[in-house]
Amino acid sequence: MTPLLDIKNLWVKFPTRTGVVEAVRGISFSLGRERLGIVGESGSGKSMTGRAILRLIRPPGIIEADHISLHDQDLLSLSEAKMRAIRGQKISMVMQDPKFSLNPVMTIGAQLIEAHRLHSKSSRAEARTKAIEMLEAVSIRDPERVMKAYPHEMSGGMGQRIMIAMMLIPNPEILIADEPTSALDVSVQGQVLSIMDRLVKERGMGLIFISHDLNLVSQFCDRVLIMYAGRIVEVCDADKLHQAQHPYTRGLLGSLPRFDTPRARLDVLQRDPAWREAPSVEARP
Amino acid sequence: MTQPMTPALQIDGLNVYFGAPHESFHAVKNASFTVEKGASFGLVGESGSGKSTILKALTGLAPQWEGTMRVAGQQLGAKRDRRFYRSVQMVFQDPYASLHPRQSVDQVLSETLYLHGASNIDDRVNRLLEDVGLGSAFRFRYPHQLSGGQRQRVAIARALAPEPEILLLDEPTSALDVSVQAEILNLLSDLRAEHHLTYVMVSHDLAVVAHMCDQAAVMQNGEIVEILSIDAMRNGDARSDYTRQLLAASANRVA
Amino acid sequence: MSQDTGTLRDWLLSETPTSRRQARWAAAYKGWLTLRANHMAMAGLAIIVLLVALALFAPWIAPHDPFVQDLGNRLQPLGSEGHILGTDSLGRDILSRLIWGARITLYIVALVALIAPIAGLLVGTVSGYAGGWVDVILMRITDIFLAFPRLVLALAFVAALGAGIENAVLAISLTAWPPYARMARAETLTIRSSDYISAIRLQGAGPLRIIVKHIWPLCISSLIVRVTLDMAGIILAAAGLGFLGLGAQPPSPEWGAMISEGRRFILDHWWVATMPGLAIFTVSLAFNLLGDGLRDVLDPKDSPQ
Ligand SMILES: Nc1ncnc2c1ncn2[C@@H]1O[C@H](COP(=O)(O)OP(=O)(O)OP(=O)(O)O)[C@@H](O)[C@H]1O
Ligand SMILES: Nc1ncnc2c1ncn2[C@@H]1O[C@H](COP(=O)(O)OP(=O)(O)OP(=O)(O)O)[C@@H](O)[C@H]1O
Ligand SMILES: [Mg+2]
Ligand SMILES: [Mg+2]
Repeated sequence: MTPLLDIKNLWVKFPTRTGVVEAVRGISFSLGRERLGIVGESGSGKSMTGRAILRLIRPPGIIEADHISLHDQDLLSLSEAKMRAIRGQKISMVMQDPKFSLNPVMTIGAQLIEAHRLHSKSSRAEARTKAIEMLEAVSIRDPERVMKAYPHEMSGGMGQRIMIAMMLIPNPEILIADEPTSALDVSVQGQVLSIMDRLVKERGMGLIFISHDLNLVSQFCDRVLIMYAGRIVEVCDADKLHQAQHPYTRGLLGSLPRFDTPRARLDVLQRDPAWREAPSVEARP
Repeated sequence: MTQPMTPALQIDGLNVYFGAPHESFHAVKNASFTVEKGASFGLVGESGSGKSTILKALTGLAPQWEGTMRVAGQQLGAKRDRRFYRSVQMVFQDPYASLHPRQSVDQVLSETLYLHGASNIDDRVNRLLEDVGLGSAFRFRYPHQLSGGQRQRVAIARALAPEPEILLLDEPTSALDVSVQAEILNLLSDLRAEHHLTYVMVSHDLAVVAHMCDQAAVMQNGEIVEILSIDAMRNGDARSDYTRQLLAASANRVA
Repeated sequence: MSQDTGTLRDWLLSETPTSRRQARWAAAYKGWLTLRANHMAMAGLAIIVLLVALALFAPWIAPHDPFVQDLGNRLQPLGSEGHILGTDSLGRDILSRLIWGARITLYIVALVALIAPIAGLLVGTVSGYAGGWVDVILMRITDIFLAFPRLVLALAFVAALGAGIENAVLAISLTAWPPYARMARAETLTIRSSDYISAIRLQGAGPLRIIVKHIWPLCISSLIVRVTLDMAGIILAAAGLGFLGLGAQPPSPEWGAMISEGRRFILDHWWVATMPGLAIFTVSLAFNLLGDGLRDVLDPKDSPQ
């Protein structure tokens, strides 16, 4: 089986006046028709990895890689115009910050309808019905009201769900979801996850699921990459995440508050400088 | 009329509406709860159920409300004055959106102190930064030079600046990773012990609420369906279906 | 303190400034570095600095008096004895007139650049922040101004107020503010509902403080960029009014008026009209280039994610 997406030796660098910041430092992984989780602390380069795949790093940032291939086609060699066709149609991404990704002065409905009509030549009425369906699918309670509302009138979690609805409209082959459920309660989270799950199972979509919620990733994903300082420190099967060996992973797991056993203080992570220098683990077949 | 202790916060029959009168949206329906001085009260529930809205109504950011709200026995009117904001402060849900992009940490904190009529602002800024574990090295940084966790600390410092008695925390850690979450939660516990604060904490993560609070209200679709103690939650004594569902969903996520 | 350039640079580029003064200087210095890296913008800036210097030192730089007529020497070609850029129909030295004209051009540009954006900013932010009927009224007024073609409206004003530089400035400003108001309002709408504005409201800050100290700083950068880009248009509008005889009055060496005078000889003595035209073109281009560069410096790069 050839993987959907294969990435070898990916670097993301930001030249600044005080030297080059390396946000991602030579990681390699591949994605099949599976749910791949990426976890790690803040600033470990998770979002930059996601954005680099779509070549959405803002200048002066630089993307370097041996290859980023989607079905044997190297995305790095494509023209910007071809890349635009890939974004959305083949690979779409739910950005981390829904409020920054939605247009603040356009109603949600107008944005959903526009996104829909951009991808399929349907009539306004059809697109509207579709948009409402999508909102219902992400368990928004009264889609009619939400269609007429502006982004700032949404709660934190509703914004996130609207972004997800928007990204699923074009029916992509690969979905990169950057912290898509961080503001959702468990029940709605479950519903959103089951939509993604269905897409992976029924349509063979590949999903990259970026999250800092270790429990969630271990339950929902098939495979997990653990990132630290721009490198992959460990790869494991999601259901074995709790037996992970690396002290960093153990530290992350240890800092979670637990519902069943109260503790006065939570453990915080003690970082070891050696982790930064350790070579990146390869997550390709 | 002389009760031994007036509760820090008393909310009775609170209804909150949004939008124009003819098509207004009823976001919070008849909510009532009481928070004792020094306690920590959790608000959990479905996304979009009105948790943030209760905090907004309390702080005057959602102007269309009815019912009674009392802070330390004082009934709140339509307008909030500075004295109110000296006793009630709020930390927002999204640390990436709650700091002005063009103001340094110093500007944010000194303006807040200035508005509350503080003297020797310079020392106070440094002390606030120490309090939230940032130190004066961060004083002249701009938000884009800070990580999410550091931003949230600045937001907490801003809320602490007027030395409030009640701190409203709207999902203070949901945008942060677990190691930073642990730091912030520890920080909040320390601050509460040090400054004798009362917390109202919104979260969708039951484990976080259980860690921080003594009591919690469960909300669904604008209504408070149940108020129960954390011990009751741990033991699974819930009366409403929604709470049971929530507990079940959270329980099987416990590692 | 004995700081040589090396340590001064370090002091300015420090990631952790230790005082307000250092933080302010550091921000300015970093902006300057970004601007300096943009060669086109630096070229624009150089031209503008040169223009300012010319205007300031006109009495010393200009080789001749711009008003002295010498009818025996009229319409001398380029490069003739003592008149590098030739002379006009009354024998006045074109180079000297251009140099003195820089004063008038700068005067117009500076006044318009002060009045129009500030008026626009005021109307736009108040309208956007207040909302409701204030917004409706202010925006309808803006629409009325926007509905007229700019030069036609300016002509109408000048016709009503009388010809002259001050009135031309006023007329141009009156026609130039509505787009700024629109822009400021659009930005205010997105800023108004953000959490950081709510946060400052929770400290008891009033609307005036919020507009001036929290909303203006976010609108001003895009406004400055827009103004520098519009500067070319302003110079041209002023020149246009001068050309139509409604701006600066002869014998004033205003560039537009000079073109207007030279128009009669355009076929036989092309330089009389072309030289001021080239001056207008160069300065407009300079402002455009600078505006492009400023956009890179001033645009908020707030979210590094
Ligand atoms: N424009 C930029 N210039 C310099 N460094 C940058 C820039 N953008 C991002 N970085 C750095 O890249 C690193 C990786 O950032 P990234 O957004 O991928 O983190 P993340 O793992 O997604 O964290 P989080 O969980 O907070 O979203 C960070 O250390 C950040 O400081
Ligand atoms: N400014 C507003 N105008 C109109 N409706 C609003 C406004 N703010 C919130 N709402 C609506 O009120 C309801 C409750 O929102 P609220 O932000 O209180 O939810 P929440 O419980 O905090 O959810 P989350 O956990 O997702 O943040 C939502 O349906 C939302 O659409
Ligand atoms: Mg990220
Ligand atoms: Mg909320």
